[in-house]
Amino acid sequence: MSSDEDFVPAEALTYDQAIANLRQPDDPGLRYYAAWWLGRFRMAEPEAIALLIAALADDLDRAPEGGYPLRRNAARALGKLGSVEAVEPLIGCLDCDDYYVREAAADALGELGDARAIAGLVNLLDGGIAAAVPVEGKPHLTQPYAAILEALGKLGAREHQGAVEAFLNHAQDRIRFSAGRALYQLTGEARYAEVVAAGLDAPDLQRRRSALMDVGAIGYLPAAERVAATLAENSLKLISLRGLLESALATPDGPAGAIAPAAERVMDLMDSLL
Amino acid sequence: MVTLNNPSTLTPLFQALDEADSPLKILQAVKALAETRDPAVLPVLIRVLAYNNPGAAVAAVDGLIAQGSAAAEALLDNIDDYNYGARAWSLRALAGIGDPRALDLLCKAAKEDFALSVRRAATRGLGGIRWEQVAVQECSSRQQQAFEALDHCRHDPEWVVRYAAASALELLGAALAGEQRDALLTLLAAIARDDAERAVAARATLALQRLGA
Repeated sequence: MSSDEDFVPAEALTYDQAIANLRQPDDPGLRYYAAWWLGRFRMAEPEAIALLIAALADDLDRAPEGGYPLRRNAARALGKLGSVEAVEPLIGCLDCDDYYVREAAADALGELGDARAIAGLVNLLDGGIAAAVPVEGKPHLTQPYAAILEALGKLGAREHQGAVEAFLNHAQDRIRFSAGRALYQLTGEARYAEVVAAGLDAPDLQRRRSALMDVGAIGYLPAAERVAATLAENSLKLISLRGLLESALATPDGPAGAIAPAAERVMDLMDSLL
Repeated sequence: MVTLNNPSTLTPLFQALDEADSPLKILQAVKALAETRDPAVLPVLIRVLAYNNPGAAVAAVDGLIAQGSAAAEALLDNIDDYNYGARAWSLRALAGIGDPRALDLLCKAAKEDFALSVRRAATRGLGGIRWEQVAVQECSSRQQQAFEALDHCRHDPEWVVRYAAASALELLGAALAGEQRDALLTLLAAIARDDAERAVAARATLALQRLGA
């Protein structure tokens, strides 16, 4: 049995402990973990949200290379807590000099679905693919393009379709797939979803896994059979098909209250993978 | 039903597995053995479950499921000796076979196993028990046992286990009548109404639809 299929329970914290850990200034590890924990367990309390927003400006926790680990986790957590107050502070994080803070903020802003974030995100695409090159000595490009493109797709930034479209020609698979994902969400055109679905046949397992997640995230129903037949773990195929099922349920094609044929077809595939 | 191969036709297949020196060759050898459907290959297929080779294990599980009750018996005879990984794969095979002698084991795995992939498979397996193989006087109490295990699984923290429970309840429901069936339909209606995961609620709604409720 592959271990990545299986859920490893998180170290138990209580809400009060997590809040206390986040407040104390002495142990950065405890603060970092507490921020993650509050997001993972969806602790959308006003107090937790206020502390996490404050943590977006933290200067105590510094990585050896100069990053801000606590800010990264706080941004990720805020994306899961659905709070409107976090939107402006997260937009501010798009200018942070830590790449991973910008990436976490872009992801979170996509999750929060507030259109105020569109302008800040589009700014980071300035220069198009010519500017989207590796940073010397770092394992990443100048900007977190995949996160930015995906967020623009989720936010329905139709007026910026052209800026997104340029990234369909980027050399990196990951960025092309993210552009395809976003464009499918912006236009509903199958040719964009097919850019993503093509990854289901990739020779490399990591690429197939990532295509499964992408196809599920955009709920691209025509790929249902291909998802079920992809050479990868059943657990990932089930997560992907759940995304397709949710999209079929959102657009019912039968009498109200009844399960639509498209949804039933997806559930039959899911049953075969249990 | 079973075609017994001449031992001489199996020997090269066993040899191919012994001599396989890469994961791909192991997989090919296991597939060839699984396709014989010969009871003589069962001990070898069961041994493959402990190889820590997921591809080969999947092929061995398929081969075991294809041999039904004979494979269930061989699996149940050895189950306590298996290492954790082999035990998980053997539970998946037993879940796919549906032999009622595995019911206690499947109930326990569905409720308690720490690996969600095992809970998922065991939960689904509770819907696939071959009730026609159970003695008439025991059938109702054994079905009640499966029902109660599924009632437990529908509170699993992982959505996919709850989804498997809804799917298994549909299969179990088709075998039930009277009060047992009514209780099952009530449970499905509660899942359809209450489960926060849309996929799980939808699976319960589909089950109710197919059971004509």
